[in-house]
Amino acid sequence: MEEIMQILEELDWSPLFISLKTGVVATVISFFLGIFAARKVVKTTPGKKAVIDGILTLPMVLPPTVAGFFLLLLFSRRRPLGEFLFDEFGFKVVQTWLGCVIAATVIAFPLMYRNARAAMEQIDVNLVYAGRTLGMSDTKIFWKIIVPTAGPGIASGTILTFARALGEYGATSMLAGNIPGKTGTISQKIAMVIQDGDYLTAGIWVAVVMVIAFLVIFLMNLISGKKMKNIGRW
Amino acid sequence: MSINVKIKKRLGSFLLDMDFQSESRRIGILGASGCGKSMTLKSIAGIEKPDKGTIIVEGRTLFDQNQKINLKPQKRNVGYLFQNYALFPAMTVEKNIAAGLKGSRQDNENRVREMIRKFRLEGLEKRLPGQLSGGQQQRVALARIMAYEPDVILLDEPFSALDMFLKDQLQQELIEMLDDYKGTVIMVSHNRDEVYRFSEDLIVIDQGKVSASGETKELFQNPVSRAAARLTGCKNFSRINRTDNHTAQALDWGITLHTQREIPEDTGWFGYRAHDFIPVWGERGENMIRFHLEGSALLPFEQNYYLHPEGVEEGAEGYLKEPAASSAHEERDVLCWFVQREKIEVLEEKGNPDFLMFQESKILFLK
Repeated sequence: MEEIMQILEELDWSPLFISLKTGVVATVISFFLGIFAARKVVKTTPGKKAVIDGILTLPMVLPPTVAGFFLLLLFSRRRPLGEFLFDEFGFKVVQTWLGCVIAATVIAFPLMYRNARAAMEQIDVNLVYAGRTLGMSDTKIFWKIIVPTAGPGIASGTILTFARALGEYGATSMLAGNIPGKTGTISQKIAMVIQDGDYLTAGIWVAVVMVIAFLVIFLMNLISGKKMKNIGRW
Repeated sequence: MSINVKIKKRLGSFLLDMDFQSESRRIGILGASGCGKSMTLKSIAGIEKPDKGTIIVEGRTLFDQNQKINLKPQKRNVGYLFQNYALFPAMTVEKNIAAGLKGSRQDNENRVREMIRKFRLEGLEKRLPGQLSGGQQQRVALARIMAYEPDVILLDEPFSALDMFLKDQLQQELIEMLDDYKGTVIMVSHNRDEVYRFSEDLIVIDQGKVSASGETKELFQNPVSRAAARLTGCKNFSRINRTDNHTAQALDWGITLHTQREIPEDTGWFGYRAHDFIPVWGERGENMIRFHLEGSALLPFEQNYYLHPEGVEEGAEGYLKEPAASSAHEERDVLCWFVQREKIEVLEEKGNPDFLMFQESKILFLK
């Protein structure tokens, strides 16, 4: 017990903040990108839909290390895009926190996109027509009618996205590395201390992750449960 | 007030070919399901695009294929009441009504409050559509449309989602609520009672085409076409063999009918409403048939008899063996005679009549 207290006192909490920050930012980005992509895909023709859908879902199906490989190819400063980003804007992706966010976003995005799409496809098309005959612009119809009606699906997509982004390991370790205080996320910390045989510290971090996971799910259920209670399902 | 629709649209093997105009403020479109009624309304609203033609409402061209005019639904100022009302499920009643409003916040609030009062929705402002009854939902949908002040309101089978016992009351309500609306209202329905009650002008559609049109009451009295007669509730049809201006053989009824009115030369069919037969006991006179009773059904307020006219044998000469649509077959197979409750007692007292008489003034001359 004393041992645990001592470890807790000396513990570097930076992995917690890095993970949370990464998770929140990646979720916010995925939220808007996912809804945007879902909207485009729902409106497109079936042929195009299959292709675009495949590409957008790929990161979820691929092993994260494969995604990490592609991200490295893309963002390495020895590659055109990486070079361009660095020369023009001073953005460094590899071995930086930005890398953490990009890796987590790419891996978690399909969850948001797929949930949002499924929810939107369930919506009665007459709602859109009704909005149009009432003079509402398509943008207004989307944000005022479609998104709230698809609320439950979008909320569950957001939970899953956050959970996935929070725990991302494979692609993150390849793209951002594990620099303590900079890119060292909880998942990477756990893997690292386990390699050193430090099961106690690993256990503490596991407990932290579990608490966060529970809190998030509880919170989201609370919000969506309250808001969606009165919406009829059809 | 005027509406002028002339459109064509192909959907697979179905061809919608609508051509009608009306000056009336209350127009009914009557047709069986799948005849293209909803497609027509959706074309007027701009939700569907016709392949060709023109749609002109109140002198404003909404669609003209030749001039490449196709206004967006947002610009048409046409209100559409959907069959399922299409209320926005995540918005309260208030927000639903305000959804299409463009004015200042204060104006919108006043407008919403006015609509809430007019459509008797007080106390329901904060409810979500899922918490409302069918009738309340309809009122919200209508309030939402009226708040937006459209030039035309389209009602797409407005009562089909409601329970039978609610319909009558809601039909009356709807008529009253639309009473002070100055624009044109078009109601689409497959129910003859609904359109009869509601519309001044009636358009009957059959298989994507206008089969008959005109003043509603006039059209019910003289439907002109067989499809219109059937949709307005006529049950009995017979192919005829016109012998002179006042006489014709009704082949499927096995009788030669004499009429005071002149039978137009292009008349191909007679129609006769099931309620119009007069039972006769005793001696046979003009325009009477003898029959076998094939079956009967007791309804809450009437008794229906299904009869086979004597002298018409299947396969006999004169009996038509045309491989027509199944409905046409049914029509000729039996004669329908419907007797209202009050009159059943007479029948019970006197027994089945010996003959049924066609009232010559009630015979429909159909093309």
